[in-house]
Amino acid sequence: MEYIIIFISAILVNNIVLAKFLGICPFLGVSNKVGTAAGMSAAVTFVMVLATIVTFLLQKYVLDPFHIGFMQTIVFILVIAALVQMVETILKKISPSLYQALGIFLPLITTNCAVLGIAILTIQNNYNLIQGIVFTAANALGFGLAIIIFAGLRERLELQGVPKGMKGFPISLVMAGILAMAFMGFSGIVK
Amino acid sequence: MSNLRHFTNGIMRENPTLVLLIGMCPVLAVSTTAINGMGMGIATTFVLTMSNLVISLIKNLVPNKVRIPIFVVVIASFVTIVQMTMEAFVPTLYKALGVFVPLIVVNCIILARAEAFAQKNTVIASILDGLGMGIGFTLALTILGAIREMLGNGSIFNVRFVGENASTILVFILSPGAFIALGYLIAFINRLKGNK
Repeated sequence: MEYIIIFISAILVNNIVLAKFLGICPFLGVSNKVGTAAGMSAAVTFVMVLATIVTFLLQKYVLDPFHIGFMQTIVFILVIAALVQMVETILKKISPSLYQALGIFLPLITTNCAVLGIAILTIQNNYNLIQGIVFTAANALGFGLAIIIFAGLRERLELQGVPKGMKGFPISLVMAGILAMAFMGFSGIVK
Repeated sequence: MSNLRHFTNGIMRENPTLVLLIGMCPVLAVSTTAINGMGMGIATTFVLTMSNLVISLIKNLVPNKVRIPIFVVVIASFVTIVQMTMEAFVPTLYKALGVFVPLIVVNCIILARAEAFAQKNTVIASILDGLGMGIGFTLALTILGAIREMLGNGSIFNVRFVGENASTILVFILSPGAFIALGYLIAFINRLKGNK
């Protein structure tokens, strides 16, 4: 039950993009086509879950026992950067087709604040490893959901006559606001 | 003269938030009040200026292939300094900004300036560029924060200007308001640019 609550609340109620404002750059940057949005969210899910597991273990077995919690930011960002590089190299060797699909998104993920943000939030919320993994996977799915819906909306928007000053970025932001408002309707499902 | 241009560049012509449109996550997240926006802006300005300074100093020692990890470590060190300082001296602001203080490290503006400016320019120019960009970011955040605070809470810098029972447009301090307010602010800037 507790896992279901974590799951639902991370996907719908506190959506990572629309309520927590993490991962806005890819949300606005690569959401022009539904296909690219799906590729990006797959890559993010993969890296995010891996990153949470690794950073969680590091925090519990290295940073905490040696009382060097203040090194968290430096350690986590380096681990994530190394992890992304490693995933890229391994994927290239064992699954070229998957690499073709996800490859271009991987370097972008290092500076995706969602990955570091969720790793830090998992620690801050005092989750255990299983809860942390559920929390991360749910957030990654929430990211995918938001970015794919948004890409679909943007494909429609291309056909509309938008006033000159609002074209491009401003109208996308206003649309994201309305989408966030729609997601607010879910608050109250989970206390 | 050219140094002055490096400084004003970030404030007006290449304002990172309103013109270059990078580093959006903290902008949307912490601009619920003018104070929060300003605090975040000042913290980012510090990190940006110091990392530009250090990177322009070490630019000749850093091998080209591993420059990105080295830049990230430099940035992360200054973020840690900011984190510890804020936790000690302004704990309420630190709590309000939450996870976005450590996330300064992945703010695209900082790495972008290190990559595009500090590693190619002199120390003085890099410091001025960092300061200018930081002030531009702070201004944008403070303006957005002020707009949202005024509409959503009826106050500015925590000074309330509407009556106790007056109803305000609450949605502006919630998440949808962030997107909508920023959208219209950028549309307004585009309009100003178009008129020139």
